Amino acid sequence: MNELVFFINNVIVAGSVTGSIYAIGAVGVTLVFSIMRFAHFAHADMMTFGAFMVLLLTMAFPQAGAAVGLPTAVVMLPLAMLLTAGLAVGIDRVFYKPLRAHGVKPIVMVIASLGVTLMLQGLIRVFAGTSGESLYVDDRKEIFRLALPFEGARAPIVVTEPQLILFVLTVLCVVGLHLFLSRSRLGKAMRAMSDNPDLARASGINTNLIVAVTWVIVGGLAAIAGTLLSLDVTFKPDLSFFLLLPIFAAAIVGGVGHPYGAIAGGFLVGFAETLAVFNWGVLLRPFRDSLPEWLSAAGNLAFVGSEYKIVVPFFILVAILVWRPTGIFKGKVI
Amino acid sequence: MPLLEARDVYGGYGGMNILNGVNMTLEADEIGVIVGPNGAGKSTMLKAIFGQLVVTQGEILLRGEPIHNLPPHRLVQQGMGFVPQEHNVFPSLTVKENLQMGAFLKPGNVKRMLKQIYDFFPPLHDKRHQPAGELSGGQRQMVAMGRALMAEPSVLLLDEPTAGLSPLYMNEIFAQVKQVNAAGVGILMVEQNAKQALAIADKGFVLAAGQNRFTDTGAALLADPEVARSFLGG
Repeated sequence: MNELVFFINNVIVAGSVTGSIYAIGAVGVTLVFSIMRFAHFAHADMMTFGAFMVLLLTMAFPQAGAAVGLPTAVVMLPLAMLLTAGLAVGIDRVFYKPLRAHGVKPIVMVIASLGVTLMLQGLIRVFAGTSGESLYVDDRKEIFRLALPFEGARAPIVVTEPQLILFVLTVLCVVGLHLFLSRSRLGKAMRAMSDNPDLARASGINTNLIVAVTWVIVGGLAAIAGTLLSLDVTFKPDLSFFLLLPIFAAAIVGGVGHPYGAIAGGFLVGFAETLAVFNWGVLLRPFRDSLPEWLSAAGNLAFVGSEYKIVVPFFILVAILVWRPTGIFKGKVI
Repeated sequence: MPLLEARDVYGGYGGMNILNGVNMTLEADEIGVIVGPNGAGKSTMLKAIFGQLVVTQGEILLRGEPIHNLPPHRLVQQGMGFVPQEHNVFPSLTVKENLQMGAFLKPGNVKRMLKQIYDFFPPLHDKRHQPAGELSGGQRQMVAMGRALMAEPSVLLLDEPTAGLSPLYMNEIFAQVKQVNAAGVGILMVEQNAKQALAIADKGFVLAAGQNRFTDTGAALLADPEVARSFLGG
C-alpha cells in the first residue's frame, strides 16, 4: 500500500505537475509556429521573464495575498501576464517584425530568436543575480496530506498548494484557449491564418493584428507556466535552460501547429520524464521474497538517474523526428 | 462610370513584365471573362487587380478610384472579392467558419449574409459543421465563392472556378456565377473552358502575351471565326 502511495506521489502528482507546465509552454511554441512559421527559441525565456516579474511584484507587495487568502505570487500573476504580453509584443515589433517585412527565411527568424534568448537571459541575470529565489516571500507554502483510509497505509498522498493552483490554472488555460480558438472571431481568424495566410489576407483579415494577438496570448501563457513552475520549486534565472528542450519536444510530439496536440505532447513528455526517473524497485518490494535474487538485490531500478532526466525529452525528440516527424496529430515539420 | 477599369496595365514578378499593356472595362452587373492561351497573363491580370503583384505602369480604377498596389484588406473594404484558383478555402475550419472569415471586416453582417449564402449554395447548409478540407472539389469551390461573397463585394474576381471539376459541377458553377451576377455583383473571371464561359459573358477579353488580342461581347467573340480558330480550338 505504501508503495502505491509512493507511486502516486512520485509519478501521478509529479508527472501531472511537469506535464502541465510543459503543456502550457508547448502551446505557446506551437501558436507562434502556426502563425509566424518559425521555431521561437526565446519562449522559455519569456516564461522566466514572467516568473521574474511575479517575483519583483511579490517582493514589492508581500502582503497582497493575505487579503484574499492566496499566495501573493498568484495574486500578482495577472499583472505579470500583462507585462510579459507587453514584452512579447515589444520584442516582435523591434526584432521580428522588421525581419518579416523583409521576407526572410524561417531560419533567420530562428537565429534572431536565439539572440533574443541570450539577451533576455542576460537581462534577467543582471537584475535577479544567479541564485534561486522562492516566490513565497511572506506567505507559507501549504502542504496537503491525504491519508488513505486503508490499514497499514502509513504514508499520505502529498499535494502542495502551488501544485493544486497549477492544476486549476492548467484546466482554466486549456478550456479558455479552446473557447477562444473555437468561438471568438479573433481565435477563428488565428486558425484561418495558420491554415492559409494568403487567403486570410484576401478575406480582409488584418494579419498584423492577428500577430499581435498571438503574442499577447503567448506572453500571457508563458508567464503562467513560468510562474507555476517557480512556485512549485524556486525561481531560477536559468530556468529556461531546462525548459526549452522538453517544451519543443512536447510541441513536436503533439504535431507542430496543433494547440491540442501540444497539450497532449506536454503531458506525454512530462509523464515520460517522471516514469523514467521513477525507482521501479519500490513497486517490487512487496514481492521481495518471491523474486530472483539479482532483481531484488538491485536497489534502484530507475531507467535513468534523476540528474539525467533531460535525456528523456531528448530521446523522445529524436525518436519522433525519426519515426513520425509530423507528430501524433499530423502537424507541420519544423 | 464603369465599375472596374484597367488602363494600359504593365506588371509582373521580379522585374519581368508579364502584362504588357492590358485594357479592360467592366460595368456594374456585367460578367467579364478573360480567356487566352497558357502564359497569356490571365491569372496575372486578376492578381494585379487584387494587389498581389506590382503594377509598374498604367492604372486600375474601381468606380473611378485608383486601387492598384493597395493591400488586399483595403480592397476587400472597398468592395472587391477574390477567389484564388488553388488553396481557396481554410481546410481545418468548418464551412460556416470559412464563411464567417469572409465577413471578418463586417462582423455585423454575418447572420444575414450566412442565410443568403446558404440560399445561393444549398449544399453548404447541410455541410456547415464539416471541415472545408473534407469537401469535394465542387463544394469547396462553393465555399470559396461564398467566403468572398460574405463581404458583400460589388465585384468578384474568380480565377478558373471550374478547374479540375467534373462537367456536372462545371455546369453548376457556371449557373451559380450567373445567379450571383443576377443578384447585382459584377464578375470578372479567368476560364479555361472558354466557349462555355463566353456564352454567359457580357464582355470577353482574349489575352495573348500580356496584351488584349480581342475585346468584345461574349456572343460576338464566340461568333468571330478568327477567335474561334486561334483560341477556341476551331
